[in-house]
Amino acid sequence: MKLLIKNGRVIDPASQTDKTLDILIEKNKIVDIKTKISVPSAKIIDAAELVVAPGFIDMHVHLREPGQEHKETIRTGSAAAARGGFTSIACMPNTFPVIDNSGTIKYILSEAKKAGMVNIFPIAAITKGQKGKELSEMAELIDSGAVAFSDDGNPVSNSQVMRSALEYVKQFDGLIISHCENTDLSENGVMNEGPYSCQLGLNGIPASAEEVMVARDIILAEKSGARIHLAHLSTKGSIELLTAAKAKKLKVTAEVTPHHLILDDSSLVNYDTNLKVNPPLRDKKDISSLIKAVKSGLIDVIATDHAPHSLDEKAVEFDIAPFGINGLETAVSLLLDRLINNNTISLQRLIEMCSTNPAKILKLKNKGKICPGADADLTLLDLNKKIQVDVNKFRSKSKNSPFHDWKLKGAPAITIVGGKVIYANRSI
Amino acid sequence: MAFNQKHLLGIQSLSASEIITILDTAESLAEISLREVKKVPILRGKTIINLFYEPSTRTRSSFELAAKRLSADISNFRKESSSVVKGETLKDTILNLEAMNTDAIIIRHAFAGSPYFISTFCSSHIINAGDGAHEHPTQALLDAFTIKQRKKKISSLKIVIAGDILHSRVARSNVLLLKKLGAEVVLVGPPPLLPPYFSTLGAKIDYNLDRAVKGADVIMMLRIQLERQDKSFFPSLREYRNLYSLTRERFQNAKKDAIIMHPGPINRDVEISTDLADSTESVILQQVENGVAVRMAVLYLLLGGKEHEIAD
Amino acid sequence: MEEKIKAKIMDSGKIKRAFNRITNEITERNRDLNNLVIIGIRTRGVFIAKRISQLIEKFEGIKVPVGVLDITLYRDDFSERKEKHIVKQTKIDFSITDKDVLLVDDVLFTGRTIRAAMDSIIDLGRPKTIQLLVFIDRGHRELPIKPDYIGKSLPTSRREKVRVKLKDIDKEDEVIIVEPAGMK
Repeated sequence: MKLLIKNGRVIDPASQTDKTLDILIEKNKIVDIKTKISVPSAKIIDAAELVVAPGFIDMHVHLREPGQEHKETIRTGSAAAARGGFTSIACMPNTFPVIDNSGTIKYILSEAKKAGMVNIFPIAAITKGQKGKELSEMAELIDSGAVAFSDDGNPVSNSQVMRSALEYVKQFDGLIISHCENTDLSENGVMNEGPYSCQLGLNGIPASAEEVMVARDIILAEKSGARIHLAHLSTKGSIELLTAAKAKKLKVTAEVTPHHLILDDSSLVNYDTNLKVNPPLRDKKDISSLIKAVKSGLIDVIATDHAPHSLDEKAVEFDIAPFGINGLETAVSLLLDRLINNNTISLQRLIEMCSTNPAKILKLKNKGKICPGADADLTLLDLNKKIQVDVNKFRSKSKNSPFHDWKLKGAPAITIVGGKVIYANRSI
Repeated sequence: MAFNQKHLLGIQSLSASEIITILDTAESLAEISLREVKKVPILRGKTIINLFYEPSTRTRSSFELAAKRLSADISNFRKESSSVVKGETLKDTILNLEAMNTDAIIIRHAFAGSPYFISTFCSSHIINAGDGAHEHPTQALLDAFTIKQRKKKISSLKIVIAGDILHSRVARSNVLLLKKLGAEVVLVGPPPLLPPYFSTLGAKIDYNLDRAVKGADVIMMLRIQLERQDKSFFPSLREYRNLYSLTRERFQNAKKDAIIMHPGPINRDVEISTDLADSTESVILQQVENGVAVRMAVLYLLLGGKEHEIAD
Repeated sequence: MEEKIKAKIMDSGKIKRAFNRITNEITERNRDLNNLVIIGIRTRGVFIAKRISQLIEKFEGIKVPVGVLDITLYRDDFSERKEKHIVKQTKIDFSITDKDVLLVDDVLFTGRTIRAAMDSIIDLGRPKTIQLLVFIDRGHRELPIKPDYIGKSLPTSRREKVRVKLKDIDKEDEVIIVEPAGMK
């Protein structure tokens, strides 16, 4: 079975390519890329008018299975990723049970295979049960398929434990992903601390809650020499710390989410629980600092922090609503609309953050690039497609999006994983 | 006349003229509470729920008496005696109460925004009786009523509000209201309980009570929650008292005819010395008395009949 | 709504004569003027009440106290107009128990205002008698209410309105009939 993608504008940051090319796929690999390929037996996808990018990789996703299948399952999460233009996702370990054992990893990988859509890469917990005390059995977890370690929403508060984790993973060049939050400073907080938390009477999460941990983790990474990835940075102060760390050539990488680039805390005035995220939506000066870092290349990755929750769980008082919003099916359109349409960044830069860099950071060898021999994971984008976000059309089980009804220009058109079309917004 | 609100969720959503309408109406209604038969029939047949998720004697009774003096039927629900303890969500509780054909729901809740939240799916009139650290609109209205009673005006008065500002819904509602009516408001408290961004509400910020009290027309002391000390918001009650308690000596720096207010309940000799609390300058009990008239005004304006074609 | 004046019914001279006549009727009927109190219904009933009190003092040398009644909180005739009725203060600084209460309003129409006023008065005490004075009786009663003193009986159609203007708050004394503009 051969698949021929014709006349697409191929953009591959890894090889600095940006031109109209044909791509030939055989089985699950890319076999040829040329100006004109003609294979009579191949099935043809006409990609004229489309951008062909290496498959997008979302390295920060909560799939909820096992344990909270009412929010999302591996199958619905895979379908959401496919519709959102993602070919690979890395899932966070805060499931029930926690991903701190090879059994849970095997379960996830086998369910992912059954779902048969996107590639799923489990991220294992740094500590057993994400309790911040004893390290999980990291070597075995890597052998079972874990691509990184994180305690995500339950950040490791004990600095000694964090230091050990970094020193320990260094021996196999493992990756620690840190959700930077000092929980003493963020205690009971539900939104950004500032004029709006004051006006709304809600407990604030100060920027310092993130920044002191960014500083700590950078220092510990430096001392240990291990790789650390800073998840969903949200403040100007964090960007300043990251700037300094990168200037010292430390092995620090960082991500931002689309919602932190687009929404600020003034949008919370109606106590909409679909705007309750952690880290919280910050203020306008934080946003402009994040955008600047995205433009300058300081930020390595854009990830969604896709955090599905059921309608009932969000239909409560703001204080007790869970943190998190649905991200997979809105991210690409938001990014195209808000970063590309107004020429904030180039397409090449966007693709670098959504595919090239996450593949490198997670060490996914044959992904994040378009070249002969690479996995045939491709994201095809329609830059001119006008959409209106409708949560009722989500393939995700949950609808907790603050972007419902938003009109956006640009959308994922076709998602190809391992040479198979798993999503298309048109007949092909 | 300017009053076209369906709910009373906070001072923030009221215009200055709506606030004045409430205060004027309260002034007209105050006389009813002085009658031998303290009741008028205007809200006869209206059903009101008093839903209190936090303990409160003053506010709950005040609303209850206000409703009864207007002839409404009012039912009290408390957290301890309801399905809430069985894990029912707020939304389900409200929908169940509304199924009994309520006309208004008065809600006190520990979480900010709860009254707004229920107003999004509820057809009854919602009245905020205090939500977390957000707002306590009827308290601010009765405070304004009391100030106006004594000072004949609000605009251009210097009003000091001192204490735990950070956690105080009373402070927020009062700042919003007093600014809308043109007063100068100064907030005072220990820095961890008075973050600088409170100035965005329109108030001035001072960390020195002695300085702030100078030339004040009104001094409003807030209750300090004793448990804040455990959270290291200030070192000790002893030091708090030394810096932020209103004493006779401090009060002497205020204007000659200054008045002292407190939303209650008072910690005697903590935020205010006991002799000041009971002094002639103190209007603390008038605040409580005026609370009924102000709440009657709010209930009347939200639930009362519409103006008729004058029957000549 | 725009209104247009349909007819002028009374001028200041006629009004003055009506006041004098009514006052005489009151003093004739109430032998013990010291037991009389007057309560005017807001807004124009109050000014009529005050004039009656002044005339009694002029004719008989007796000061009869005047109270102010706001009947908003006793109304039953709410319609669908958007704005709410402003509640104004009821101000009656004397006891009405065992008194002869003279209730005063400008125009008597359906009778519902008077019903509300009587309910209100009875909540305030137990008068010996209640008498009713209206300056204009325009008919169309919906309740069994009959005035004791009338300035003028004036048959009207339902859609017409009667305006009693008094120089105390209006420019001059006059009674006019108006109707909504744009109609026949």
